[in-house]
Amino acid sequence: MTTAAEPGQEVGKGRLRKEDARLITGRTRWTDNMSLPGMLHMAMLRSPMAHARITNIDTSEARQMPGVLAVVTGADLADSQGSLPCAWPITEDMKSPDAPSMAVNQVNFAGEVVAAVVARSAAEAADALEGIDVDYDELPVVLDMAEAIKDDADLVHPDLGTNSSATWIFDSAEAGTGGSVDEAIGSAEVVVERTFRQQRLIPAFMEPRSIVVDPTGEQVTMWSATQVPHILRLMLAMTLGVPEHKVRVIAPDVGGGFGGKLQVTPEEVITFLLAQKLGRPVKYTETRSESLASAHHGRDQLQKLTVAARRDGTVTGLKVELLADMGAYLRLVTPGVPILGAFMYNAIYKIPAYHFACTNVFTTKTPTDAYRGAGRPEATFAIERMMDELANELGMDPLELREKNWIKHEEFPYTTVSTLTYDSGNYEAATARAKELFDYDGLRREQAERRQRGDSVQLGIGISTFTEMCGLAPSRVLGSLSYGAGGWEYGAIRMLPTGKVEVITGSSAHGQGHETAWSQIVADKLGVPFEDVEVLHGDTQSSPRGLDTYGSRSLTVGAMAVLSAADKVIEKAKPIAAHMMECSPDDLEFSGGKFTVRGTGTDTGIADIALAVFAAHDLPDGVEPSIDADATFDPENFSFPHGTHLCAAEVDTETGQVRLRSYVAVDDVGKVVNPLIVEGQVHGGLVQGIAQALFEEAVYDESGTLMTGTFADYLVPSAADMPSFTTDRTETPSTTNALGVKGVGEAGTIASTPAVVNAIVDAIRHKGVDDVEMPCTPMRVWQAIQSGAQSAAGPGAEPGGGMGSLDAEGGAR
Amino acid sequence: MRITVTVDGTTYLDEVEPRTLLVQYLRERLGKVGTVVGCDTSNCGACTVHLDGHSVKSCAVLAVQADGCEVTTIEGLARDGQLHPVQRAFHDNHALQCGFCTPGMIMQSIDLLAENSDPDEQAVREGIEGNLCRCTGYQNIVRAVRDAAHEMRPGAGPEAERMNEAEMGTQAGVRRS
Ligand code: FES
Ligand code: FES
Repeated sequence: MTTAAEPGQEVGKGRLRKEDARLITGRTRWTDNMSLPGMLHMAMLRSPMAHARITNIDTSEARQMPGVLAVVTGADLADSQGSLPCAWPITEDMKSPDAPSMAVNQVNFAGEVVAAVVARSAAEAADALEGIDVDYDELPVVLDMAEAIKDDADLVHPDLGTNSSATWIFDSAEAGTGGSVDEAIGSAEVVVERTFRQQRLIPAFMEPRSIVVDPTGEQVTMWSATQVPHILRLMLAMTLGVPEHKVRVIAPDVGGGFGGKLQVTPEEVITFLLAQKLGRPVKYTETRSESLASAHHGRDQLQKLTVAARRDGTVTGLKVELLADMGAYLRLVTPGVPILGAFMYNAIYKIPAYHFACTNVFTTKTPTDAYRGAGRPEATFAIERMMDELANELGMDPLELREKNWIKHEEFPYTTVSTLTYDSGNYEAATARAKELFDYDGLRREQAERRQRGDSVQLGIGISTFTEMCGLAPSRVLGSLSYGAGGWEYGAIRMLPTGKVEVITGSSAHGQGHETAWSQIVADKLGVPFEDVEVLHGDTQSSPRGLDTYGSRSLTVGAMAVLSAADKVIEKAKPIAAHMMECSPDDLEFSGGKFTVRGTGTDTGIADIALAVFAAHDLPDGVEPSIDADATFDPENFSFPHGTHLCAAEVDTETGQVRLRSYVAVDDVGKVVNPLIVEGQVHGGLVQGIAQALFEEAVYDESGTLMTGTFADYLVPSAADMPSFTTDRTETPSTTNALGVKGVGEAGTIASTPAVVNAIVDAIRHKGVDDVEMPCTPMRVWQAIQSGAQSAAGPGAEPGGGMGSLDAEGGAR
Repeated sequence: MRITVTVDGTTYLDEVEPRTLLVQYLRERLGKVGTVVGCDTSNCGACTVHLDGHSVKSCAVLAVQADGCEVTTIEGLARDGQLHPVQRAFHDNHALQCGFCTPGMIMQSIDLLAENSDPDEQAVREGIEGNLCRCTGYQNIVRAVRDAAHEMRPGAGPEAERMNEAEMGTQAGVRRS
């Protein structure tokens, strides 16, 4: 038998990842790698029109083309395809259009599927798309949210009678959690009002989505590049009326998601239906262009904020009025994304009066839905930008203003004006550490010098003192927000006769390193070697229950379920150990993988018990021959990671070019299971948030066509576009879970966008600039300096904001 | 058209359509699915392989152009169970998360190190500019490549792909954790 590890030695250690061995050698199982006997290939025909009635589809030529087995249109699927699910009806009167997987009579965004071909090979399927003729009758496009909610606006879905899907309101006076915002504004010594634009982004996971459906077994098996195999299985059953137990969903290796694969997609439904119809396995893999145009987008909000304060900097009220672009349909959690932000505008600050109102608007664009942070980056951006604006108005240092208003470390637990109870945090500690690493005072001095001598390159310092809510649980809170599911997670432990351990988790990883982190946790808990633990996930057959991975929930919820299952294993093993050592269970203590009889040297290892249970020759009466256990964990609260991010940006006032000179991120994510993985999550998150500030935007032309439909135009940053970061941590354990952990997956993305934009504005504020619209391209920054105006939209609003393939500086590719 | 290609040490003789891309040939005909496709405009680098020792985006090369050539993919790097130093460095530096960009990133990094055996940070960043990663933020990739540079002797590239076991043994001994 293997020797047991000392307890506590794995958690906290920078273990290299178990996952890597396959990934660095190309031994991968991406869905598109899958090949099954008799497998056919599908290609989709997508609408080039943003808004049109389909008057005729002629598929006769395509049907005759070589290798083609089937050509289907929306009319063929109308009776079987159902309507794609939206699991988050935010209000009782929310307007929600029918959402066919394949358009039947009308298309509502460019990229919507209108027909599909199944053929022997992918090439033959793609060729046959040319043989399909669709006649469209164009309808007016709806592209601008503010215009869309006017009375005489053209409608995306005329039968709904409006482009406004729902309006969701929170008011602290009504809720009894605070005062009236209007009174606060009315009696304020200072009022600052700003409108920010959260541009539309594309998650742009590197692995294009792919689906294989095998209908030949008793269960129909779907492999899909999804974050949510369990939710997908349930939703397929509910959408298509197939019995749930006849469907198995597998998420094999999944190449990133960032919320973009938190979806039940039209392509999944269509592939399922066609495989069933043909009785043969069918594969569909999207191209990158299809992915950018039709997989859901993120952000896209207009945010109007009004903050009321006293001259001494005390914030007295905050009013938030949002318009959020849903796109053409409500996908899985589309309407709820901006609402998640409602709880985060008050951020780390003690704000006595708060009002939030959000109107969700339909346009003829690609549907939006979760993208890394989902609602929280938008909120954090707006409030952190606002704090800088208020500081400027008051002539205060922006860090001082924040400190004046934030919750002090001794005030935790603290219940906010938006009803959440923050369990723990220490904003002073994170800020002090960040200032030190950043040399805040030194950089402020340099900034003053450069300003004084009128340097053409100006220095700006951007601050973001953020928090976020993650875990997306407890279930009762999700219920109170009308979310369609709970927030629990499932875990199980199987003790194999040789003492090896199989861990089952309902949380489905796609790059986060669950296999390594869960192994560390279980190794410590059961006192078995790290290498002896195998983590199984992402298959509804091996991992029967689960709610998957999103919202930084895996560790704070998923790992807790595993931990709780391990506790049960130990409890089940105890009477057996007592029986084996002929003592009372009460005399036993478990540590380092062994039950020891207190006060003696006698012990029995958990592996020996696993073997004894397998043989089952001599067990105590009434004890089942198994020490396996499972558990479902529903946390009592969210977790609230926080941190202080500081960014120094150099802005060339002659060219508008922005250079990030240094970036310090000090995050408090509670206890850390694996510092290597945490650091990696922060790095990746930072780049996605910085990319929003500087590069990325999904741009539509006036006909509703996506102009940034390839990686040549949609500027996912390359290594050459990014600096190195200085990252560090402070540690305030969460009090709401046994490990004291908080989420980390979204923190970097949430924090970094405002830090960068604040730095840019800070660099050129003396030129009369108080905002630069994102992405802050050289053109926009330059324009802002020229006009000294508030917003520099207009020139630079073309695809890539003038930074695309036209501009070598901006990372021409 | 008939082509003869050596891929990861095995020679293949095949009939291919002129329009078949090298990456399609590798994945669909040879089952070399370790090399992946991330885009349709040759912008992402996920499909990077070595063609006669130099990195190419295999979605931008026709299979027929590889006629008579030697191709190395991510699957052909490890020898006798020993990882290539760049593969190991990616593992040691946590330079991958989902791993989708990783094969291309590793192949490109090897090529970069063949041209510049001791690149500074900026040179690494520019050298892998054509390879996108959405997960890692690049910092650990840069670290991995520089780490590998220090562990490899000058003139990696094709030679490193033929590294003998004694050399590999010393590489394998370098671990962090
Ligand atoms: S697949 Fe993107 S560059 Fe080849
Ligand atoms: S590791 Fe996921 S794209 Fe690079």
